[in-house]
Amino acid sequence: MNSRKIKWFFIKSVVLLLCMTPLFYLVYEGLNDGLGANPVETIHFTLGDWALRFLCLTLLLTPLRHYTGQSWINRFRRMLGLFGFFYASLHLSAYVILDIAFSWDFFLTDLAESPYILFGVATFVLMMPLAVTSPYKIRKTMGANWKKLHRLVYPAAILAVLHYFFLVKSDLTQPVLYAAIVGMLLLWRLGKWIRKNSVITQRI
Amino acid sequence: MLIKKPASIQNSEITPQPIFNSRRKIIKSAMGMSALLFLDKAQAGIKKYQQVPVGPYSSDLSVTDFEDVSSYTNYYEFTTNKTDSTVLAQALKIKPWQLEIAGEVEKPGIYNLEDILKPHPLEERIYRFRCVEAWSMVVPWIGFPLKALIKRFQPTSRARYVEFTTVYQPENMPGQRGRALNWPYTEGLRMDEAMHPLTLLATGMYDEDLPKQNGAPLRLVVPWKYGFKSIKAIVKINFLQSMPQTAWNKKAPQEYGFYANVNPEVPHPRWSQARERVLGASIFSSKRNTELFNGYADEVASLYKGMDLRKYF
Repeated sequence: MNSRKIKWFFIKSVVLLLCMTPLFYLVYEGLNDGLGANPVETIHFTLGDWALRFLCLTLLLTPLRHYTGQSWINRFRRMLGLFGFFYASLHLSAYVILDIAFSWDFFLTDLAESPYILFGVATFVLMMPLAVTSPYKIRKTMGANWKKLHRLVYPAAILAVLHYFFLVKSDLTQPVLYAAIVGMLLLWRLGKWIRKNSVITQRI
Repeated sequence: MLIKKPASIQNSEITPQPIFNSRRKIIKSAMGMSALLFLDKAQAGIKKYQQVPVGPYSSDLSVTDFEDVSSYTNYYEFTTNKTDSTVLAQALKIKPWQLEIAGEVEKPGIYNLEDILKPHPLEERIYRFRCVEAWSMVVPWIGFPLKALIKRFQPTSRARYVEFTTVYQPENMPGQRGRALNWPYTEGLRMDEAMHPLTLLATGMYDEDLPKQNGAPLRLVVPWKYGFKSIKAIVKINFLQSMPQTAWNKKAPQEYGFYANVNPEVPHPRWSQARERVLGASIFSSKRNTELFNGYADEVASLYKGMDLRKYF
């Protein structure tokens, strides 16, 4: 390995550990009886919060690169996206194991009576193919289709925010905040797309 | 008096009485000993309401830890965060405290809390508590039946509903400076619900005065309804001819009705009410199946005979 590679390996390892801290925190507090009166809720909400945060962070990288001109930012897109999926998987696992305890009947009741479950499951289903096609080899094989497929991250982010909106009892501060962030990040892309297309139309 | 046990509670959920008693005795004596070591003799080991007898309609359910009950509260007057309320609520000023009795009643007036409480013998009631957010606990309340207070102030024949109001103290209650709900918080009961022997006015729990976050100095406990009906820090009891609007009903009428009876068959519009997370249970233990009227159907189902519980949710 040359020194450049070693440098990036080191940096990426540090970022990876940083991304793991929410999980370390949960494990530490869990072992020390520090998750409060309703530990299942704490686990569930913390994992969900971080899934959504990593999704937002991932979407932030492209505009950030655009405005700073720093191309190294792209190196972290895959890692952050995968961490979004990682925490979403743990969030879903917490639901399946601790909440419905693998019961298909309970799941069907929830689907019928709790719309936020539907939005949550839909978000996860959209994220799955993105995680599966994340290795560089698959990306290369897929060519232009990879980019098209990965646009699924946009509806996934919208569904994730809706998932949050539907479960809050009255204080909408948090979901509104995430809706604003996701909204801005998606509108920026829409603006770029419209500008690009109008330029093409003018040329024609 | 014959004490009926709610029938639908599974035997496996109930700690056998002798074990339960001995458990409480051990805890109490252990606390007494540690108190002897660390406190003045005068305070040693004696809790304020330790001698209060167990009332009718109590139960032998295994009680949730005080630590959990007092550190996980919905008290939107302070914050929507159930843990932060523990600290923030300590700013509430509860001395002196007055209670206004108003409306369709023979003896209206503003009374000091001490005068309100004086004639009523206290009793312990161990009740299930089920939050609309689908978690539950079992709390040993100290209080007296609301019925006794109502009889004392003699509502007129026109009184068909009772409205309760929480204190308005925005200088000490930061949540009241925001708009999470319309302040002050109000709740209501139909007269027959208010007169039901299960309906309790609580001043304490776990043999001590109520912690501020749990509704000190005076709160309502209606065990067959979702927790938000059990209004905290009451300053006014108003007797009315017509059904009062309640705080959550004003906020979201399609989600929170006047009755708010615990019912696994009637989901909240956005989440299921079929099961509940029991506080204090292991994280790997499954949720508990929610019971109709929170397990108090034998006592209260007759109040709603012929009513469509889906319509009057």
